[in-house]
Amino acid sequence: MSRRIEIRVPALARVEGEGALELAVADGRIEQLRLRIYEPPRLFERFLEGRDPHEVPDLVARICGICPVAYQMTAVHAFEDLAGVDPGAWVAAMRRVVYCGEWIESHALHIHLLALPDFLGYDNAVDMARAHREVVSRGLRLQALGNEIIRLFGGRSVHPVGLRVGGLHRAPRAAEVAALRGRLEDAVVQAEALVRWCAGLELPEDAQEFTCVALRHARDYAIERGRIVSSRGHDLAPAEWERHFAEHQVPHSTALHAHLDGAPYLVGPLARLNLNHDRLPEATRDLVRAAGLALPSRNMFHSMLARALEIHFALVEAVRLLAGYGEPEAAAVPVAVPAGVAFAATEAPRGLLWHRYEVGADGLVRRARIVPPTSQNQARIEADLAAHLEAFGLHRDDEALRRRAETVVRNYDPCISCSTHFLRTVEIRRR
Amino acid sequence: MAAPRIAVHKLASCDGCQLALLNLGEDLLALAEAVEIRHFVEAGWVDEEAEVDIALVEGAVSTPHDAERIRAVRARSRLLVAVGACATAGGVQALRNEGDLDAWLGRVYPHPEWVEAAPRCEPLSAHVPVDLELPGCPVSGAQVVAALASLLRGAAPAPARDAVCMACKRAGHVCTLVAGGAPCMGPVTVTGCGAVCPGQGRDCYGCYGPAAQANTPALMRRFRALGLDAEAVARRFAGIQAGAEVFAKARYQALHDATLNRERLERRATAREEREGQG
Repeated sequence: MSRRIEIRVPALARVEGEGALELAVADGRIEQLRLRIYEPPRLFERFLEGRDPHEVPDLVARICGICPVAYQMTAVHAFEDLAGVDPGAWVAAMRRVVYCGEWIESHALHIHLLALPDFLGYDNAVDMARAHREVVSRGLRLQALGNEIIRLFGGRSVHPVGLRVGGLHRAPRAAEVAALRGRLEDAVVQAEALVRWCAGLELPEDAQEFTCVALRHARDYAIERGRIVSSRGHDLAPAEWERHFAEHQVPHSTALHAHLDGAPYLVGPLARLNLNHDRLPEATRDLVRAAGLALPSRNMFHSMLARALEIHFALVEAVRLLAGYGEPEAAAVPVAVPAGVAFAATEAPRGLLWHRYEVGADGLVRRARIVPPTSQNQARIEADLAAHLEAFGLHRDDEALRRRAETVVRNYDPCISCSTHFLRTVEIRRR
Repeated sequence: MAAPRIAVHKLASCDGCQLALLNLGEDLLALAEAVEIRHFVEAGWVDEEAEVDIALVEGAVSTPHDAERIRAVRARSRLLVAVGACATAGGVQALRNEGDLDAWLGRVYPHPEWVEAAPRCEPLSAHVPVDLELPGCPVSGAQVVAALASLLRGAAPAPARDAVCMACKRAGHVCTLVAGGAPCMGPVTVTGCGAVCPGQGRDCYGCYGPAAQANTPALMRRFRALGLDAEAVARRFAGIQAGAEVFAKARYQALHDATLNRERLERRATAREEREGQG
């Protein structure tokens, strides 16, 4: 059979930022497949040069409106680590609560507004809500609750202003915390229901081989601290990232591609769950069993269930960390950042986020390097698309191929705005 | 009457202002019933070419392609609303207008020639007439909904003009500048955020842009008196709203002061050396 068909779809929807997907099929084989990311380059790393480290958290937040806390948290950890300052247990616990808020907000948004319409056959969440009102409403309530956590500690949910090098700007009042903690506790049953509901969705079967990379911590399910581990046995300090990971530029993307020892790899919720499920609290592990999810999973479509499980985890964790809350004497400690090289890695909602800063003798940033999760996942998304679409069947009609290709991409929750240093058109050409 | 048609477009930005809509919760579902959303890529509606009554545009114009896009959006929209600091002032990425773009691209990309970028990163108004500007980073859901409600009733929403100080005083926050000794931008920054930074016990960093009649020279003198050097004062005006004209002027003034100061110190040092040489 020799078909030569060209398909062009004007926009890849329900992802954050702008880019395109191009697929050329000739004689039933994929000839070319590439994610084109042409979100305009924003050159953040250059703006950070000449800045005082204390100015950096408010600037790096603007890399991403969906996960500003991840960028702020990674920056403050890098500078505190270089300064050799530990702001103490209260700050560590409260920062972890804020990060839980961002996971809940980002995951609930992705499941309900971006990914779920694919699995239920709708173009958008509003159309989906006409038939599945309770599901969508539950999701939006969870999203709102994640935002409220961020707001309590940072004044607003998008580009919050509460995190600083050395701690937090303000400790919330005990009464504010008690009120929010009660609502978080009440929402745990909603997260349980979400997990059970996601587990019941019919997903495409698709076992693939891929390397998982995530932070791992001795005791906690890693979010804001840990060592970088992989399913191939890597165990690295954040400062060792550059020895094994390399970014390279491809002509079709303003986001750099990252490889681990020369090969694509996966970061994000499924990678974390595969590597760290033994660190989940008992209640979330019970839900993994109840959902019938065998870990590690090789089916990328389990990503949505992984997000639902992480929402449950993040709620349970925030409730635990806020128990017995007391206002500290001071919400921050002074930090003077010395000359040197600062490193940190944290788990953004979409996966590993790595920062490196060189600080000069004048105390200002001389050079910055930021590697967001989506640029790390780009090569893996292209590999997944090729494998998945061949298994799905390239003989299928163009509309089915296009929809499936978009579903595969959205399943990664690519954040294009984040990754530019990313999608607008889906283009399928057949010859 | 037919439901008003709405489009949401995005140029160079962080997606944060679209969250003003995506974070509305149940109100988002209600809004989607009250209007006809024709284009909102992140939420799943795709029709870039749709003719609409109101286009909400997030992001700055920073590539030749985006300059063409915004002209096309203008031509197909009855009202054009610039949403957020990127659309109204170029956003944080307008900081690149002061550098050498080719050198900067070379600093981030091994192959800068593969990357398309215009010489400057600009607000929408540099390219097309804009009917309403909402300047915050990020704008709030309440701001966007209020603006939409006014426009849909045929009224022009009154833009905020007061400084953050007014909202801060009404909220009863302790003054971070006078009482806290922090370089607060509140006196020269337009309100709209609800004085969120002083509410967190910290200095405002100007993310909503200049207030009407902002007395930047007075505030800059105050910052110097707090112990900031001229470069640090300039950096206060080189943040999220670096592209806003009032802040850009203040920054140039601070950098000019820094240069004069450096030259004066150098002249003094030279004179001292000469004296010591003669002695």
